[in-house]
Amino acid sequence: MPSNPSTDAPSVYLRAASLGYAGAAVFDALDLILPAGETTCLLGPSGVGKTSLLRLIAGLLPGAEGQAVDDRGQTIGGRIAYLAQQDLLLPWLSALDNVTLGGRLRGERAAPAATDRARGLLARVGLAGREDDRPAKLSGGMRQRVALARTLMEDRPIVLMDEPFSSLDAITRYELQGLAADCLVGRTALLVTHDPLEALRLGHRVLVMAGTPARLEAPLVPAGQPPRDPADTHLLALQAELLNRLGQAKRAQGAGAP
Amino acid sequence: MKALRILAIGAGLLLAWQAVVSLTGVAHYILPGPLRVARAAVANIDVLLGHAAVTGAEILLGLLLGCLLGCASAILVASFPPVRRWLLPVLVVSQAIPVFALAPVLVLWLGYGLLSKVAMATLIIYFPVTAAFFDGLRRTEPGWLDLARTMGGNRARILRHIRIPAALPALSSGIRVATAVAPIGAVVGEWVGSSAGLGYLMLQANARLQVDTMFAALLLLAFMAVGLYYSVDAALRLALPWQAEETANTAEN
Repeated sequence: MPSNPSTDAPSVYLRAASLGYAGAAVFDALDLILPAGETTCLLGPSGVGKTSLLRLIAGLLPGAEGQAVDDRGQTIGGRIAYLAQQDLLLPWLSALDNVTLGGRLRGERAAPAATDRARGLLARVGLAGREDDRPAKLSGGMRQRVALARTLMEDRPIVLMDEPFSSLDAITRYELQGLAADCLVGRTALLVTHDPLEALRLGHRVLVMAGTPARLEAPLVPAGQPPRDPADTHLLALQAELLNRLGQAKRAQGAGAP
Repeated sequence: MKALRILAIGAGLLLAWQAVVSLTGVAHYILPGPLRVARAAVANIDVLLGHAAVTGAEILLGLLLGCLLGCASAILVASFPPVRRWLLPVLVVSQAIPVFALAPVLVLWLGYGLLSKVAMATLIIYFPVTAAFFDGLRRTEPGWLDLARTMGGNRARILRHIRIPAALPALSSGIRVATAVAPIGAVVGEWVGSSAGLGYLMLQANARLQVDTMFAALLLLAFMAVGLYYSVDAALRLALPWQAEETANTAEN
């Protein structure tokens, strides 16, 4: 690791967060804590408000109440890196220029050191030699790797990920999960996902969000450090339990809002 | 292959034209045959090229000015919402006034020379360029804007690094439309009042029943317009190579 964010990665606190949509409360007075240096995974049925919660923490949801703060009550704006389901690569830029986009958006002078670091990150995600290719020349997995490198280039202590691997095939997803877990060591991360096994592989804690208005259930804490071996019987037992909880949540949602 | 097809279409049209003239026996001062037009073109080539240069200059200057003004307006309107509320209705109303109706006034104000024709071409180009570019600026992928905000980009830099490049394909569509209509603006200007240009030559030839010369000027104008369109199209393709790549990808998936 070029830097060690564990020393400065704060815990993130979201208190009494509320969001209404079309007259109904998506969530109301919701509390969420992301422990420092750990990955928290968030599961739940479609439409329960997981993405909204993530966007609220990212400061991208102006209509909602509640602001995410760190241990000292300071806003976390400017300390966030964001990785979405779509790679959000700019099609007119090369892979390298996509990775260094943040610096240009902040008006930083183009430094050779930054370019070298970007090349190093692309090599780390397995894309050495593809720096000058535009996104159209890359496969879906490669594009998401570039997006991961761009996220790491930002070198923020807090990383928010919204189903970053959901559009990839199983093998590519498995590889990228391992890579992401390595890269996220020491950062405070929130991973929204639909995949219970992905949550159990990558999360220090796994949360299920359910109901209208949505609530967070007690966290599930798998043993050991991520990334975990998906063949672990402990993990498979937890997966069964999670699937059970998610099934209940989905049925409850279906009954509440037909 | 494409060139061959264009040649075949051209030859077919010429044959049909000659057939109509031969079969109906129409007088040459009503509809001259292609051969007669070709002879007139060769005989008057110096005059034709001289006037074509004037019209060409009007079209190119109008295109340049219209595109510059259109881009500037679109960026202004897209960047400042208050400007949008005040300027957008004005733009739409201005487009509702037929440019042809303005031509006599423009000639009155700007004279019989180059300026009034450039103004006509500029006016007719301005709206398609502004509308297309503004539309592109407004439709930036929301995910890119979210990403840019979490990266700490301010409005000006997001505009420069994301919104403007993302709107370039839309702008290039607008410029293509503008290129197709620019010759209309210049020629209408020449018809209303001028002392040079292909539109002027056509009017003069028509009045003297030199219909073959009129047709020669018309064909030359058509060649210029088509040539200009394909040149601009090729230049835009070269300038935005990533657009073709993206389109090819979408077609594959």
